Amino acid sequence: MSGFGADLFRLVLKRLGFGLLTLIVVSLIIFGAVELLPGDFAEEILGQGATPEAVAVIREELGLDQPVVTRYFSWLGGALTGDFGISFGNQRSVAEQLGPRFANTLFLALVAACISVPLAVGVGILAALYRNSIFDRLANITTLTSISSPEFFVAYILILFLAVMNPIFPSLSNVSSGLDFGTRLERTMLPALTLTLVVTAHMMRMTRAAIINLLASPYIEMARLKGVSPARVIVRHALPNALAPIINVIALNLAYLITGVVVVEVVFVYPGVGQLFVDSVKIRDIPIVQACCLIFAATYILLNLTADVLSILSNPRLRHPK
Amino acid sequence: MNFNLDRRGLLKAGAAAGVLAATGMPAVAAPKKGGTLRLGLAGGNTSDAWDGRTHSDTFMILMAHGTVFDCLTEVGADGQLKGELAESWEATPDAKTWTFNLRQGVTFHNGKPFGADDVLESLALHTAEDSKSAAKPIVASIESMKKITDHQVQFTLAAGNADFPYLMSDYHILMYPAGQIEEAMAKGIGTGLYQVQEFDPGVRAYVTRYADHYKDDAGWFDAVEAISINDAAARMNALMTNQVDAINRVDFKTEALLKRNPNVEIFEVTGNQHYTFPMHTNAEPFNDANVRNALKYGINRQELVDKILLGHGAVANDHPIGPANQYFAADLEQTAYDPDKAKYYLQQAGLTSLDVDLSASDAAFAGAVDAAQLFQASAGAGGININVVREPADGYWSNVWLKKPFCACYWSGRATEDWMFSTAYEAGVPWNDTYWENARFNELLLSARAELDSAKRGEMYHEMQAITRTDGGTIVPMYANYVDAHSTKLARPDKIGNLWQMDSSRITERWWFA
Repeated sequence: MSGFGADLFRLVLKRLGFGLLTLIVVSLIIFGAVELLPGDFAEEILGQGATPEAVAVIREELGLDQPVVTRYFSWLGGALTGDFGISFGNQRSVAEQLGPRFANTLFLALVAACISVPLAVGVGILAALYRNSIFDRLANITTLTSISSPEFFVAYILILFLAVMNPIFPSLSNVSSGLDFGTRLERTMLPALTLTLVVTAHMMRMTRAAIINLLASPYIEMARLKGVSPARVIVRHALPNALAPIINVIALNLAYLITGVVVVEVVFVYPGVGQLFVDSVKIRDIPIVQACCLIFAATYILLNLTADVLSILSNPRLRHPK
Repeated sequence: MNFNLDRRGLLKAGAAAGVLAATGMPAVAAPKKGGTLRLGLAGGNTSDAWDGRTHSDTFMILMAHGTVFDCLTEVGADGQLKGELAESWEATPDAKTWTFNLRQGVTFHNGKPFGADDVLESLALHTAEDSKSAAKPIVASIESMKKITDHQVQFTLAAGNADFPYLMSDYHILMYPAGQIEEAMAKGIGTGLYQVQEFDPGVRAYVTRYADHYKDDAGWFDAVEAISINDAAARMNALMTNQVDAINRVDFKTEALLKRNPNVEIFEVTGNQHYTFPMHTNAEPFNDANVRNALKYGINRQELVDKILLGHGAVANDHPIGPANQYFAADLEQTAYDPDKAKYYLQQAGLTSLDVDLSASDAAFAGAVDAAQLFQASAGAGGININVVREPADGYWSNVWLKKPFCACYWSGRATEDWMFSTAYEAGVPWNDTYWENARFNELLLSARAELDSAKRGEMYHEMQAITRTDGGTIVPMYANYVDAHSTKLARPDKIGNLWQMDSSRITERWWFA
């Protein structure tokens, strides 16, 4: 067991090292991509009012007149020591600006995950149990329809039913730091439900497929022959062996809940990272863009790592290597 | 309050009623105090700050200029100038030296009393040599400024300017507390009706009524919460579901649906905002006024108003002066679509047909590419072949405008004729987007600027609008209305300002809950 623990620890360390390398590469690509966009911060922020003198003044103030390589490495130097710089846009530190937004995004992702993961796994198990029944078909049709519709459409449908026709939840997610948990949850509900509808299908279908796949195995047949009830066959015997693929899909969807919610944020005016990210790209506010990208990339790396570790732990053959 | 309007010629004949209106709210509806006004506003950005030099969009114009800060002067809803932090002002006969008498007993939100030093230091933000203020060109004519007493300042201009007090109402030129400007910009400390409680750039601002404010006939709300909603559909939704009490920039396409809601009312004004197609008059073929006129007759203005603005606008007449300006030449002959005249002008230029590229992007204005295509279709009948070039929205103002010889553009207009003309039509100024030079026009511009006699100024500005119409390099097909909407819970004054959106961005000052 200790050998296994050390192996796992080494694996995690190695993956974290690669993750860090990935982050640096990501930051390099993003920096280059923003450079390739037409116009820089000075031109974008001044818009129609961009006289050459004003542009020059702003560039000099922000160091944008330096060569690209110098700017990248001075940014990287700061980032490696934990200093993500100052936002060009409003001269506030990136951490100070991103912090509350990221907390909002995490809160929304958490609420959506708390609803969607149990829902998806539960419905997936039930669909596998009663496969090809009316319930199975209905679950498939509903979830596939909601994943096939554009997010903003799902959002507007929810607004129509839950905010306009039956005013249960507010259509505007006006969350700010001073709110108590209940109010905050209420105002976050519609975006969370929208995200739930968007991500459930993927996880639910994977749960169902993974379980059904196992149901043809000899050991399941053995269990059935010895008279175990169908529900018990699935929960006790099939599910533990289907965990690895399910965990991977859940991790992928959790990452999406954090990084892919821009459209939902716009519709509900939810002050998360996505909105800030899009705004910052628009005005070429590189420090913020870089920090957002790093957060997004780190989310994927960490969630994938967690999924892999959990998959290994859920697999006795890997847990007890010969 | 004596503004001495007649003598400085700022009062149009017959507008005496304006003076009455300027002294207070209309007597018909009695405003009452109370409530939290919730606004859903387009035009908020994460780069927003309480720094007036950087303001350019509705959210900050409304919250800073209209709510938290004050200027020296203010343009009333009726278009007349009145004092805000200045009580009165005097000019020497050549309009070169201006003395402003400041209001006494005014305090900033941090308790610091307001005085002459604050004015000088706030203006220095814009006049400084390396200032990046958008208002720099407006104050460039100030040669020197000095404090006479604690409540009196004097400005000396390089050349006479009868509109100088008007310029002091510009939304960039906010008054900050001297010696604490950096702090005031970080926290939002002004002398306005409301003081900042919370501000999250690009998300929301929450302000409460400042109890010691000098205006007791304005600012009826206890608090104002402004939420930044840049998505048009989300903004409409927020108003429909009663999450906010008023929104700006109603989406024309869904306006009819909004109108069906009995709890919502649309308010719409035609101001100076206009959409343009500037042509470089220093480049072939636009250096020939006949070619410019052929294009002016080749555009179907009414069609653009009907199809691009969906009726929310008015046809314009190839000059930038709008109905919100004092000397708007309403009686000027209207250029209308006429392919035969377009052909005639082409012949005058010695051409049988004309091929031109028109650069457009929706960054210029919503529907600019569609407008260019309509222009292409209507001009075709006059023998003009317009090739519409779709430009990327990113970097449009840096790479296309002022660079491409024929493109789409917009102007929000200016409060005074001189300001508008000297921003974009005077020879040699950086934003003269047509590189147009007309000797008579420039001569009139200078003499009108220093002229204190209102009637004479009116004549000159009329002539300038006529010159711009027939000789200028800009096609101005239409004025675009400001279309905003509010819940019927709100009550509004009889007259709504038309300088910007949301009652000239003074909704928090002038409106109240019914």
